[in-house]
Formats: sequence, structure tokens, C-alpha cells
Amino acid sequence: MKILAVKLPDVGEGVTAAELVEWHVKIGDVVREDDTLAAVMTDKATVEIPSLYSGTVTWIGGEVGDTLAVGSDLVRIETDAEAPVSADLADEPARAPEPEGVVPTVEDAPVTASEKPVAPAGKVIVAVKLPDVGEGVTEAELAEWNVAAGDIVKEDDVIAAVMTDKATVEIPSLYSGKVVRLGGSVGEVLAVGSDLVLIETDAGAGSSGNTPSPEAPAATASKVDAAKPAVQPVARPSPARASAVPANGAPRAEGQPPLASPSVRARAREAGLDLRQIAGSGPAGRITHADIDAVFDMPRRSPGQAAPPGRAARTGTEEIKVIGMRRKIAERMALANARIPHITVVEEVDVTALEELREKLNAGRGDKPKLTVLPFVTATLAKAVLDHPEMNAHYLDDDGIILRHAAVNAGIATMTDAGLVVPVLRNAEALDLFQTAAEITRLSEAARTGKAKRDELTGSTFTITSLGPLGALATTPIINHPEVAILGINKMATRPMWDGTQFVPRKMMNISASFDHRVIDGWDAAVFVQRIKSLLETPALIFMET
Amino acid sequence: MTSLTCTLLIIGAGPGGYVCGIRAGQLGVDTIVVEGQKPGGTCLNVGCIPSKALIHAADEFAKARSFAGENELGISAGAPSIDLAITVAWKNGIVKRLTGGVSGLLKKAKTRYVQGQARIIDGKTVEVATADGPARITCKSLVIATGSKPFELPFLPFGGTVISSTEALDLETVPQKLAIVGGGYIGLEIGTAMAKLGAEVTVVEAAEHILPQYDAELTKPVLARLKELGITVHLSAKAKGLSEDETALVVDLGKDEIDILADKILVTVGRAPVVDGFGLEDLGLSMNGKFIATDAYGATSMRGVYAIGDVTGNPMLAHRAMAQGTIVAEHVAGLPSVWDKKAIPAVCFTDPEIVTVGALPGEVPGSVAAVFPFAANGRSMTMERSDGLVRVVYDPSSELILGIQAVGAGVSEMAGEFSLALEMAARLTDLGDTIHAHPTLGETTQESALKGLGRALHI
Repeated sequence: MKILAVKLPDVGEGVTAAELVEWHVKIGDVVREDDTLAAVMTDKATVEIPSLYSGTVTWIGGEVGDTLAVGSDLVRIETDAEAPVSADLADEPARAPEPEGVVPTVEDAPVTASEKPVAPAGKVIVAVKLPDVGEGVTEAELAEWNVAAGDIVKEDDVIAAVMTDKATVEIPSLYSGKVVRLGGSVGEVLAVGSDLVLIETDAGAGSSGNTPSPEAPAATASKVDAAKPAVQPVARPSPARASAVPANGAPRAEGQPPLASPSVRARAREAGLDLRQIAGSGPAGRITHADIDAVFDMPRRSPGQAAPPGRAARTGTEEIKVIGMRRKIAERMALANARIPHITVVEEVDVTALEELREKLNAGRGDKPKLTVLPFVTATLAKAVLDHPEMNAHYLDDDGIILRHAAVNAGIATMTDAGLVVPVLRNAEALDLFQTAAEITRLSEAARTGKAKRDELTGSTFTITSLGPLGALATTPIINHPEVAILGINKMATRPMWDGTQFVPRKMMNISASFDHRVIDGWDAAVFVQRIKSLLETPALIFMET
Repeated sequence: MTSLTCTLLIIGAGPGGYVCGIRAGQLGVDTIVVEGQKPGGTCLNVGCIPSKALIHAADEFAKARSFAGENELGISAGAPSIDLAITVAWKNGIVKRLTGGVSGLLKKAKTRYVQGQARIIDGKTVEVATADGPARITCKSLVIATGSKPFELPFLPFGGTVISSTEALDLETVPQKLAIVGGGYIGLEIGTAMAKLGAEVTVVEAAEHILPQYDAELTKPVLARLKELGITVHLSAKAKGLSEDETALVVDLGKDEIDILADKILVTVGRAPVVDGFGLEDLGLSMNGKFIATDAYGATSMRGVYAIGDVTGNPMLAHRAMAQGTIVAEHVAGLPSVWDKKAIPAVCFTDPEIVTVGALPGEVPGSVAAVFPFAANGRSMTMERSDGLVRVVYDPSSELILGIQAVGAGVSEMAGEFSLALEMAARLTDLGDTIHAHPTLGETTQESALKGLGRALHI
């Protein structure tokens, strides 16, 4: 058994770091090869990282919201390297224990060297590897051991001296803890990067509670390398650390006032807690901050208790970390709103003709995908920007440059479970209606399932946002910085319109377009919106080469 | 008549009232503080501060006198003299600076200050006789912080040779013979100072001990020092009144009556709350003996009326009033503050000083005390004062500290650590395992805790 690390892989071109957005495993979990370990997010895409090994997770590389560099350890997995375990790992230790196995004697416990100790609850076993001791050095000879198995070492204590062909180098410990295994005997030659010693050290914060059941370490420990020096490394599982669970102290005797420091008292007062109701876990029964924490962590109502009749006031707040996609969206929205003075123009469009055309085009399609309004809108846009190239542009405000684009790369704002993403329909001007429809379907599907590629999520020149049936009367879309305009499509409805002599039912739809008022004047905005309106009202114009 | 309105009106700008005013101002409560005399109350004007100034001057003078004679330090100096009028003027300067400071702090907190005698009309209305004529102030909440005054004995009314602490702190000459009725802390503080300034001092105490609220272990070093200073102490003695020629105090010693010749007779038999003469009676508040009854928020029996400080009972201490004032201000501002203090330290600036915090020995059933003397403290020896001790009272089963007391020169400055230990619910190990700087008096606190743990080092 050994501990292997699954590193954060290169998840995309030019990506050097990724944010942890979700853990699928925790310390102590048994994973199989290809099980998903975690989801990480880069600039735009969320990627799931599979496990490379089967085994037990002994260490995780961070908390949700942390950013990891590509190549850093994501999780460490304790695994049987020689024979990848296909059977359920958790079962294995259960077969092992025999009474004498729990505290094996040094002589009678022949154990293969490949087996690896398992950390007791609250501890993890980490390896100090033979570091790169010099240029071109790939191996070194163990010259001296400064520690033996069972020794307590501190970080930076020298654990061994190794000799290369150039020099003797002392190797310091990277961790504080108990040495459970030496990587070889003096005279042996070790490769750079191989385990020099294994050290049992305190588990990382938050790991407690997820540690494997006590039986597992005890049993596995029985098979620990006992041929090594007299000290039995981890025969007894050390008791779980006291701090793991904020134990509630014993209740106070009658008449004993609660003991708490002024800051604890103030906190209880602010929270409306009665300290007399709280048992103290501190010395002399002192109520500590941890005891108050425990009260807050308790479920509001005990399971057996029935809900009170009638309406109850809801109390409490839930803290939700803004991470991953949501944080990205928040940052981009804030940037757009802070930098861009928006002007929004709302106009109503008579889409009766467009709808008739759409119906006819869809009529003969049978089972094939039907057209929605969106392909018409992108086509309209591709047409309209011919006369208004200033709308299909990026305003690089930091550089003071407006970049007009020849291609119409339409960003299609798409709602996904993770939040808003904008896949890009490239060269909308070069696609016909059905190609557009197919591409939009493909892109939004990719975005919803998180499979959109990086270049499918970047490079839009003009964004379209449509809430479909939820489209409301008008919206005030936020421009997708650094673009200069955005087109919002509102809900379509049949409304009575006055045709000069009578009211007639017309299919009406509003459009809400926002413009960057720094570079687009109100006049131009209005003219552009009118152009869109006239194209949509007379759809034949969209397809005429004029 | 001028008419003012505010949210919070505080009658009395003593330590309770002005702190309440500052805190309320900080919290954005529209507040007025009314004071009939000078801001700062008894504490700043005729109590804590002036008495400490006098004690300091007396100590310096006593030191100078000791240097005039043979002394262990080998210092020789001429016989000193003191012009008490100059001392008093210096003291008044300090008082003026501090009272001016109080006005400044109130102003900084945007709390208004109105000078003039207040009269309560009802729970929301107060009339103030200001220099510019009467002003009527209406408020939402009212705080009574009128403090206390020296208790007057009917058979020894103040006036002439019979003086209270207020006058004693303003004497321009040192009385040749000073008789003090009452061996409590006020009488002994002033008596000790006057003895050091050269007065012949006699203390008459009705109880069997001086400083009756303390136990003998704490008062013994003080009594010894009083004797050293040549102060005569009559215990279980009752003052009867002035002799007919008004030159002596008649004292009943039980067996016989004696006349104690005195050119000043200082009566310090306690202080009485100021609860009448300004319309308070008309509110009909629930009383607790002579004092106004309040709850843990400082609220009285009338809605919107609060009381803080000496009017709410013993101990009559400035820092208690300040804490109460803070709580009332926060309560009025809607904060969930409540009186939850574990201990109010009390300091007696006698020579040596006494500090008490929390439970005395025997007060809590099952508690034990550990004592460490200053005689085993290096710093004490270098200050030529190794009398006194630190005593920690604790629960032997949990090691929880229940009280800490000390008697010794300069122990008043140790009060903070004692109080903190109690408020933090410290155990002996907390004190014992805390490094205390060497060489300081504070090491004695650590040692007393270690003694309780059975591992004191320097004894």
C-alpha cells in the first residue's frame, strides 16, 4: 500500500490555476479509479476530475472556493500500488484481525514490506520524499538515519543524511509527527522522489468526523511492518482528538451560576442565548466559544418534537459562499455595471408576419427540430450591423480603443444550473436559419451540461438575451463587457392594435436593447433599434441582399 | 421658560451620569446631562481624585520627613515643611482639569450639558434652574444619577469644627489635633494622610474592627501601620457629641467616657443616597431601603425611569456607577445589555492599600484560601514595604477562583488583574501558569495561585 497523489491536471490551454467548486469525496472515502473526485472551475468551464487510483482518500487539497495551481496535489489516495484493488477496500481489513494480530510481536509478524500503516482517527500519514538534492542527481545513498520508527519529529528536524556522488546532504522533515516507517536502511540507494519516511501527523483541519471507523485502522495496523526496529508503529488507534467534537460538559449542579468570560457572555446576549441553559465544556465548567458554536450547530427542533400548529416565524440566515461560476458572474456583472453607463431602449415590434413565416417554415419539418424566434433574431442582428458596424464592436476601455468586428459572433445568454453562461454562435452572418437553429441548440445543450469548450464560451461580439415565455414587458439588459450593445427579447403576446379604423389582434413582442452610452449615442441607439424593428416586422428584408 | 426635548435625560454628571451620557451619545441617542454643581460629581470634585491627591502629597511629605532623620537609604535632607494651601491649590488644579475634561468628552459625544439644579416634574419632565432662568426639559427616558452625600450624625451636625470629608479635603492648614468618627475607608484614608502631614489623629470606631467590611487578615497590616504613624484608634467606642466648650469630642468607651481634644472633628460614618429635595419622592418609585430599587437593566419601577450609581445602593463606587451608566445607555439605545458582572473591585487607599474582588474566605461554602506574603517578594523589599499579602479564594474541586484580595503598598494597581481573573472565570492554573514580570508585586498573585496548587516557588 502506498499513498499516491492525484494532481490537478492541465484542464485547458493557458490555464494555470482552477478554483475548487465541489468535492465529490471526503477524507476516509473509498474511491475507485475514474470516480469523480472534485469539480474545478477555470475561467469559464467547470471540469470534473476523475481519480487515477482506487483506494482510500487520506487528504484533500483544499476547501471549496480555494484556488489550486495546475500540478498541485488535489487528493492523496492510499492505494495498493502493485495490485489495483477492485474489491471493496473497506472489506479487506475486516478479514484480517486475529487476537494476536492487534499487538503483533516483533518476531512473529512477517509482513510484506509493501504494506503501509494506516493512520488512526484524526491523523494522516504523510511521506517525506527524497528531494532533488542536486542538479542531475537521480538517486542517493542513505548515509545515516537520524530517526527511528516511533520517534517523534518536528518540522525541520533532520531525519536522514543521504550521499550523492557529489556531497552528503541532510534531509529535514517537512512535517511534525511520529515516524512510522523508514524508507530503507543505511547503504540503500533511493531514487529522488521516493518515500524517505512516512510520518503520522495531525489530520488537516476539518478532517475529523470523516475518518474511517476505528476498526479499520486497528486491523490494518496489525499487518504493519513489524520487522522494523522494536517500536510498534501504530498498533493502538490513538483516541480521537478531543477537539474533534466540541463535547458538551456535564450539566451544572443546582444553584451553580454559569461561568463564562465577558466576551462569551456578550455573544450569548447578542444571540439571545440563556447561558444557564448551556453546559460548559471548559475548565471548571467554563462555557467557551466552542460551546456557543455547538448550540448554533444544533438542529432547531429535536426529531420527535412535532411542529407547532399554525404559522411559525422563520428565523435564521443561511450563508452561501459566492464561489465558482456565481463569483465569476458577479465579478463580470459588477464590472460591466460599474464601467458602462447603460442606455436602454425599449420598442414594441409587430411580429405577426415573422410568426406566420416561422409557422410555414416549421410546418413541413415533421420530426426535425423546429425554428424558434431566436434564429430570426440572430439573422436580423447580422443584417442590421451591416449598416451599424459600431454596434458589433468591443470597446477596450482600458486601451481607449474601439474594435469593430467583421464577423457577427452572437453570444446567446443561456441559463444553466450553475448560472448564466454565454456560448457563442460564431459567424452568425454565414449561417442560414436552420444551421443557426441547430448550432444554437447544440451550444445551449453543451452549456447546460457543462461540456462547452473554452473557445465556445469566448469571443462574442454582440449578445442576445431572451427569457422566452418569462420575457416580461421590458428588461434592462446588462452589456457583456467589452461589447457595446446587448439585445433583450421580451415576451410575445397577442394584443389589440389600432390599424386606423379598428382594433385588430396582432402578435406583439417588445425588444429591450442596452447600449454603452460612452461610445453609442442615444440617436444611434434609437436608429439601430428602429432598424431591428423594421427588419423583424418585415422578415423578407432580413433575407434580401440589399 | 426655555423648553428642551431629548430622548435621554440624565440628572447628575458624576461618574455614572457622565459615562451614561457619553455612551448614549456614542450610540446616537439624543441626550442631555443636567448637573447642579460641577461635572464629575463626588468622585472628581470631593472624593476619589482629591483624596488621592492629598494622600500623594502626604506620602511625599512623610518621605521627606523620613529623609530628615536617620534612614536605611542613607539619604540626608533638611526638615521639610508644607504649605497645605498650596497643596490644596494644586489639587484643585487637577480637579479642574478633570472636570473640564468631562465637559469636553460630553461635547465630543454630542451630548448636551445643562448646568443647574434639576427638579423632577414627572417621569418625562424635569425643570432645571439654570443661570438664564428656568428651563423645562422633556424626555423619553430619565436617568437618576444624583449620587450620595456624607452621612450626618444628628448629635454631631456638620459646621464649625465638625467637618465632612468634603471640607477635610479643602483644609488650608493641617489641624494639630484631628478626631475622626468612623474607622471606615474614608476616615482612615484622610486620617492617615493628615497624620503623615503632622496632625495628631485619633480614630473612633463603633465596631470591634477598623474597616469593618474586611477581615482581620487584611486589616492587620493597616492597623499596624496606623500605630506606627502614631494614630490612636479607639474600637467599640461611641462618639457622643461635642464637649460643652466645643474643643473636644466626647467618646463613650464602654467603661468610661473620655474627651478627645480636637480642633477638627471629621465625621465619616458613611454616605447617604441623594433621593430627596428634587421631586423624586413624587414619582413614588419602589425603594430598596434608602436606595432606589432597580433591575438588571438599571430600570426602576416606573417605565422609562432608570437609576444608576450611589442612589441604587452599595457598594457606592465610581466604577460601579460607570458600568451601570454604560448598561442603561445601551439599554435605552436598544442594545441587549444587562448587568452580568461577576465582580466589582473595591480599593481602599489606606497605608498599606487594600484591594478586594469577589468572595472573601468563608463567603462561599467549601471555598479555601491561599495566601502569599509580600515578605517573600523581591520588589516589595526594594521598596522598603514588605508588609501585606495576596490572597486567592478558590473552589478546591474545580480550582475556580472565587475571589482575590490583597493588602500592601501599591496593590491598588493590581486590581485589574484580579477582576479580569474573576470575569474570565480563571482557575488557579490560569493565574499560576501566566508569566508575571520579575521583579514586580504581581508575582505575588502568581505565587498565591501556585500556593493553592501546592507548588509555590519562593516560600
